[in-house]
Amino acid sequence: MEDDAPVIYGLEFQARALTAQAAETDAIRFLVGTQSLKFDNQIHIIDFDDENNIINKNVLLHQAGEIWHIGASPADKAVLTTCYNKTSDSRVVSCAAVWRMPSDWETGSHESPDDSAHNPQTLELLCHLDDSAHINTACVLWEPMGDGKRVISLADNHALLWDLQESSTQATVSNTATLEGKGQLKFTSGKWSPHHNCSQLATANDTAIRGWDLRTMSQIYCIENAHGQLVRDLDFNPNRQYYLASCGDDCKVKFWDVRNVQEPVKTLEEHSHWWKTYFHFHINLPGNQHFSKSCFFKETFPLFYIVKFQSFPTAKLTCVLDIKHLILNFNT
Amino acid sequence: RKRLTFSGSGCQVSAASWTPVIFVYRHFISTFLSWPLSEDSGRPRRVHGMLKLYYGINKEGKAAEQAESLDPCDINGAHFNPDLFLNKLRRECSLAELMDQETCMVKQIRSLDSDMQTLVYENYNKFISATDTIRKMKNDFKKMEDEMDCLSANMSAITEFSARISGTLQDQHEQITKLSGVHTLLRKLQFLFELPARLNKCLELQAYAQAVRSHRRARCVLQQYSHLPSFKGIQDDCHAIMDKLAQELRQKFRDGGSSAKDLSECVELLLQLDEPAEELCDKFLSHAQSRLETDLQGLEAEIRPYPSAPAVKDASAPRLSSTAAAGELASKNIPQMANGKLQAFVGDLAARYFSLVERRIQEEKGVGDNSLLVRALDRFHRRLQAVAKLLPGSPVPNQGTEIVIRAATERVKQYLSALQSFYMDSLTDVRQALATPRLSVVSASGAGGGALLGASILNQIKSVLASVHLFTAKDIAFSNKPYFKGEFCSQGVRESLVVSFIKFVCQSSRQFCESAGDKGGSTPPALLLLLSRLCLDYETSTISYILTLTDEQFLVQHHSPVTPVTTLCTEAREAAQKLLNHYVKVQGLIISQMLRKSVETRDWVNTIEPRNVRAVMKRVVEDTTSIDVQVGLLYEEGVRKAHSSDSSKRTFSVYSSSRQQARYAASYTPSAPMDTNLLSNIHKLFSERIDIFSSVEFNKVSVITGIIKISLKTFLECVRLRTFGRYGLQQIQVDCHYLQMYLWRFVSDENLVHFLLDEIVGSSAHRCLDPAPMEQSVIEVICERG
Repeated sequence: MEDDAPVIYGLEFQARALTAQAAETDAIRFLVGTQSLKFDNQIHIIDFDDENNIINKNVLLHQAGEIWHIGASPADKAVLTTCYNKTSDSRVVSCAAVWRMPSDWETGSHESPDDSAHNPQTLELLCHLDDSAHINTACVLWEPMGDGKRVISLADNHALLWDLQESSTQATVSNTATLEGKGQLKFTSGKWSPHHNCSQLATANDTAIRGWDLRTMSQIYCIENAHGQLVRDLDFNPNRQYYLASCGDDCKVKFWDVRNVQEPVKTLEEHSHWWKTYFHFHINLPGNQHFSKSCFFKETFPLFYIVKFQSFPTAKLTCVLDIKHLILNFNT
Repeated sequence: RKRLTFSGSGCQVSAASWTPVIFVYRHFISTFLSWPLSEDSGRPRRVHGMLKLYYGINKEGKAAEQAESLDPCDINGAHFNPDLFLNKLRRECSLAELMDQETCMVKQIRSLDSDMQTLVYENYNKFISATDTIRKMKNDFKKMEDEMDCLSANMSAITEFSARISGTLQDQHEQITKLSGVHTLLRKLQFLFELPARLNKCLELQAYAQAVRSHRRARCVLQQYSHLPSFKGIQDDCHAIMDKLAQELRQKFRDGGSSAKDLSECVELLLQLDEPAEELCDKFLSHAQSRLETDLQGLEAEIRPYPSAPAVKDASAPRLSSTAAAGELASKNIPQMANGKLQAFVGDLAARYFSLVERRIQEEKGVGDNSLLVRALDRFHRRLQAVAKLLPGSPVPNQGTEIVIRAATERVKQYLSALQSFYMDSLTDVRQALATPRLSVVSASGAGGGALLGASILNQIKSVLASVHLFTAKDIAFSNKPYFKGEFCSQGVRESLVVSFIKFVCQSSRQFCESAGDKGGSTPPALLLLLSRLCLDYETSTISYILTLTDEQFLVQHHSPVTPVTTLCTEAREAAQKLLNHYVKVQGLIISQMLRKSVETRDWVNTIEPRNVRAVMKRVVEDTTSIDVQVGLLYEEGVRKAHSSDSSKRTFSVYSSSRQQARYAASYTPSAPMDTNLLSNIHKLFSERIDIFSSVEFNKVSVITGIIKISLKTFLECVRLRTFGRYGLQQIQVDCHYLQMYLWRFVSDENLVHFLLDEIVGSSAHRCLDPAPMEQSVIEVICERG
């Protein structure tokens, strides 16, 4: 793998939203959502062919607005959610919606790639994940390993648990949790834990990380000042139920044991020459890579660093196994 | 030779006067014999050699002869043939040459002849003088023989007289000897007869020792002659008296009330009276034990209400040693049995005593006056040395030394913790000083406090070193022990006191970075700055100063490896660096938070046309200025790149060169090859990368640059998350211009500020719905007005 040249893929717009397609188990596939204020935004479907070290891609139109967050259904690989900004009448509104990809996107692209570029297909709206009381959705989380019927959206200081019905065309709020405290608190990011029967949620607001029990919709732990500056993203270790990784604007990646949140288990900053300039967040690549690889993704200079951890409690950075450059947009 | 033999047989009396004669004779002979071989002068030797050569008698010549024998014309050769030689000459040489040859030869012959004559004459002369000497010696020896005969005759006459005199005196001598023997006997008898009376008198006067001594002298004699009635009587009397005496002694001993010295005297006397030793020993030890028991109990009782340490040791140690001394007396006669008992006894008591002493020492917690403790330990140690002299094999003194060593190590530990608490207290004081509300006072007192802190800590270390130094003072007995000479100095004082303290300072400093860490910073930033300066000072001078001081005071000889100065300096430098980095992060975070709030809480789409610089920007500049002042008090200025003439007047392009918005629609290709533009962008990303959280250097400019970098980077990241309207963008333009006007002077490289502000304006333009930038001149007017 190390001999391979970096795979570079250029986008025309800035992009901030990226996810691995969880329901796809055969291929390494990512979904990328773009941000443009003036033009129609796109969703790029990127297939990485591990053996030949090449990339296949398809483009779908997302006309609703610029995409800030993207999530792929764990059950149906054609279904995804986006959080997007809609600008109208000099107002900016953050919305969230469930979409379905057109059924023939895959076949079309292989036959005539140029065609799809010039006439990209459009996503089919399934339902909105907003109600009048809760706007400004920061992200939408699918239930991991679920049947694609439950999602959580984080809107301002509320976490909303939605049930999707009628093939995801109807969404109703089944439960809510509210973040309370002084000042204007606002969720910035979150992850639904795949452990404990998917009954836990971790959220980030400002510099704090909080854990929630979804059965009671109450807070179970809180890491105040987890990072010196804003927490950008966090994720669970898919193999160790108590371990959590987070990254923030202080250019650090920290690993936590949620049973003891006083001190991080490990802090990575020694390799800050890769990270220091660019604030970053990280995602997990489920199913398609070795079990304990985590992936760090840098916004504005989007590189994948797939880092293998020998054993999570000590979280030793043993080597950088592979660097795949997925250059999403250079126009920043 | 014959003469020599004769002189050897001469009388012993005259042997000394013969020696020179023999010497002379010998010398003569050796001279005479060795003459022909003499190598003293060069000339005779050469002449001799030439003669030998001439007559052909040289042994060495034989080798030469063989080599030269073939030439009959060689005049010096053995096979010289005169005819051949002459013929040859006549044939080969001219007349003149022949004449020359002839004169030369005549000259040689003449000189050889004269040499030969001289030699013969010299030899002859020597023979003559040797003959004269021998003749003269013959005469002298004859005269000496006559005198010797006369001497032996006189000697025999003297012997005869002497024999006659001793024969006459023999009888009288025998009589005198007999008389003196009788006299001695009579005196002995008199002593015996007087003995009972004397013993009685001694008993009356209680001079037991004298009585026992007298009795011992007489006892054997009385025993021997007890078959004679008169002696029997005396013996019986003496027995009776001595029994009484023993009775009295036993009584006295049993009472045990008297002093240790009296007791030991009693024991000694009783032993001489053949009392059973073992019983006596037991009894004696039990007496001693009971008395020491009360002493120890007294001590135990005294320990509780904290009496002064030396008093305790004063009281107990001499008693212990006197016990041992008495015990030693007892054991003199019956070494094996008593020694074992004594060892056990002393060991038992010493163990209890030591436990008491240790308890007492442990209670000595105050670090105020070390000299008192050292003196007490010294006295304790000396007393135990006395015991060591009495009981050479006893483990007691070693245990005592161990106690002293333990006490010393304990003391060092206490000093370390005292130093540490002093350090923490100083920090608390500084922290309180920093908490005073007025900003200018804070920074001023901060700088002063820094210097004060350093100085007071150094003084404290010095005074502690002086206190600990007492342990190794010359007049303290145990300072000669190898432990106090070596290990105590290097491991004890240097490592576990001084080095540990320095490490503690570094470690506690680092903890300020870690524990306060990202949790909002309970530590005031000024304290971080101050500690960083302190650690840096340690690195540059203080550590090496302290360690040199220690090494000099304690004459440390490093047998075991010790922590080198460089390691400590590195540690201090790391701590200083970490503190300063942390300071930058904390200050950067404070300013970042202000900027973040200001960006996040505003509706940038629907904002009015900018008329002023926002207040938060003014606040940022103010804070940066005050941080600049604060850092300037403790750190040097540092270097900065040369300013360009228009530093405050840069303009920002709303669209940076790399932003090419309009390019997208036509040129989008799914395969996205790496075109040249892409490559140049990659290049740009690497070349312009700024290390936001990089380490700062130890100077003001670097520190402020670090803070500004963090602040502006946060500003940039916040802007990138927002959407702007036309006036929102213009407000950002105004704000950035204002920051440029004031921030450039603080940083090492103004291009850095320019670059970041350019990025901010560029990003906000990119995130703008209606990007219509403001006129540069308007921006300048607004900023100058604000």
